[in-house]
Amino acid sequence: MAATQTQPVGANPGVRPIDARPGTLKLLLANRVAVGAGLVTLGFVLVALLAPMLSPYNPAEQHPEAIRVPPFWSPGGSTRFLLGTDGLGRDLLSRILFGSRVSILLGVVVVLLTLVVGACLGMLAGYYRGWVDTLLSRVVDTLLAFPFLIFALAIMAVTGPNLVALVLALAFKGWVDFFRVARGDVLAARESEYVLAARGVGASNAYILFGEILPNIVPPLIVLAALRMATVIIAEASLSFLGIGVPPRIPAWGTMVADGRGSIATAWWIATFPGLAILLLVLSVNLLGEGLRDALDPRMRR
Amino acid sequence: MWVRFVGRRLWQTAPVLIGVSLIVFLTMHLTPGDPIEHMLGRAGSVTRAQIEELRAHYALDRPLPTQYALFLGKAVTGDFGPSYSQGRPVVEVITERLPATLELTLFAFVIALAVAIPAGALAALRPHRLFDRTATVVALLGVSMPGFWLGIVLMILLGLRLHWLPISGRIDWALAPESITGMNTVDALLAGDGAALRSALAHLILPAITMAAPMAAMVTRMVRSSMIGVLGQDFVQFARARGLPEWRVVGKHALRNALVPTVNIVAIQTGMLLSGNMVIEAVFQYPGIGKLAVDAIAAADYPLVQAVVLLYAVSYVGLNLAADGIQAVLDPRVREARA
Repeated sequence: MAATQTQPVGANPGVRPIDARPGTLKLLLANRVAVGAGLVTLGFVLVALLAPMLSPYNPAEQHPEAIRVPPFWSPGGSTRFLLGTDGLGRDLLSRILFGSRVSILLGVVVVLLTLVVGACLGMLAGYYRGWVDTLLSRVVDTLLAFPFLIFALAIMAVTGPNLVALVLALAFKGWVDFFRVARGDVLAARESEYVLAARGVGASNAYILFGEILPNIVPPLIVLAALRMATVIIAEASLSFLGIGVPPRIPAWGTMVADGRGSIATAWWIATFPGLAILLLVLSVNLLGEGLRDALDPRMRR
Repeated sequence: MWVRFVGRRLWQTAPVLIGVSLIVFLTMHLTPGDPIEHMLGRAGSVTRAQIEELRAHYALDRPLPTQYALFLGKAVTGDFGPSYSQGRPVVEVITERLPATLELTLFAFVIALAVAIPAGALAALRPHRLFDRTATVVALLGVSMPGFWLGIVLMILLGLRLHWLPISGRIDWALAPESITGMNTVDALLAGDGAALRSALAHLILPAITMAAPMAAMVTRMVRSSMIGVLGQDFVQFARARGLPEWRVVGKHALRNALVPTVNIVAIQTGMLLSGNMVIEAVFQYPGIGKLAVDAIAAADYPLVQAVVLLYAVSYVGLNLAADGIQAVLDPRVREARA
């Protein structure tokens, strides 16, 4: 990040450089698309948190008298089930509301895990160089050549649907992106004036790395985290769609689309609405990520 | 220098292939249950001695490293043993399905590039105007949409509502041409059978579009940004100053240079195309490798899963290698930087 190099020599270490750049929040708020995307994302998070209160029914509750009822605006539909019911007579709306939980939870857990692991290793590699850097960079090069979804599939094929295995399968390669960004930025920051200044006044390596450099490399990591979140949500949904992601007893959007796949000729809504939810969430997260990138680094504005 | 470049890239690929094969091998050993029991299936009564004999035959009584070495040796020659679910050699099952997947992937690849390169270039010519904005929005939708869902929506709209296209399978069975290459479109062409060709193409369109969507989106964005960079450069201005017609400046000078950095994205995205292949074939009940993999997982047919995963991985690695090679041919700077 070149922006870090414009810091005056001997900048007051008490002032976090990220705050010194004026108007990050202002830039973000001025971007109407990003604000809208942020609100929609926030809405999804609230839905996930409040799903038991918002859902009209228990997502697992079956209504044998109301199998494949269409949404309320279609002929034969009723406001009893706003988005209709699935093949077991379960309320689609309630299942979609509950389905947001596993998508968002897995997305957050996987991204946080990969962010912490990737950023820490990347910072160490970039700061200390030497054999640590060589070794980690080789591992990263190897992982980059792995087809990610296929690898996740191979793991899940063996373990079967299982949340812990799913997190590990999704995280296995995800940390690599964070590693590369963190390492590159630390490499650049290492020789910058503010780091030299801090070293000059006798700051410890740990302080320089976490107190001086870390705040400066946070913005690109946040942007990457948002964009990775979108990828993870789609990957989870794809694995669940194939029946090897989220265990079937937990309502998940990918599983729901798979459930509806067999009856698209007679009940199009069962597969359509959960997929729409995935699209809406992923789109919002992507737009939010791009908005963040533009606001944090105006030079990347397109 | 060439030899060094190629040699170094191949050398870098070795640990990847070993890593992939090791993971595939180990997952097999983490599988619940005994491979011998899987192999015998419900064959009924077998004696303990017979089981021991089979165990020895498949070297399952040897230490893990030995087994891995044996596995590697066999994998190189394409010997993955019998498929649990089909009782035939795995390699036979795969060879049978391979042409279908190659055909689909090739179509998806062509569609993605045929859409993305002109769209990206046109968007770059007038940035932030209507076409550019539309392309940006469509591309964003393309990367945000789960492939399996796009496939289902296309099936509902174009297949079931409008009855334009068939929604599953590869071809009308009554029309299937005699198998020469295994690719229906090519076989139909070779046989000069127009009806079969139409049927095969109609069956390919929806899965190919679905498969192509995310790749088209990514490549469009890449071509656009790369093209915007190139259009601002001196040699483009110079070509204009020489009085060359605009279509030549853009189509020849600018586009060619803009495509060099795109090669890498194209290769990476082709690898992603392979990943998406499984989901798309499952959605469309398309009888290729992807559907084979999904069915094999459901049937706990581990040798088949193993072989398919290895096949995907090796193709992916091969594509990355090819991308580096092509890029090195197109741009000498890459050659020097990576040699």
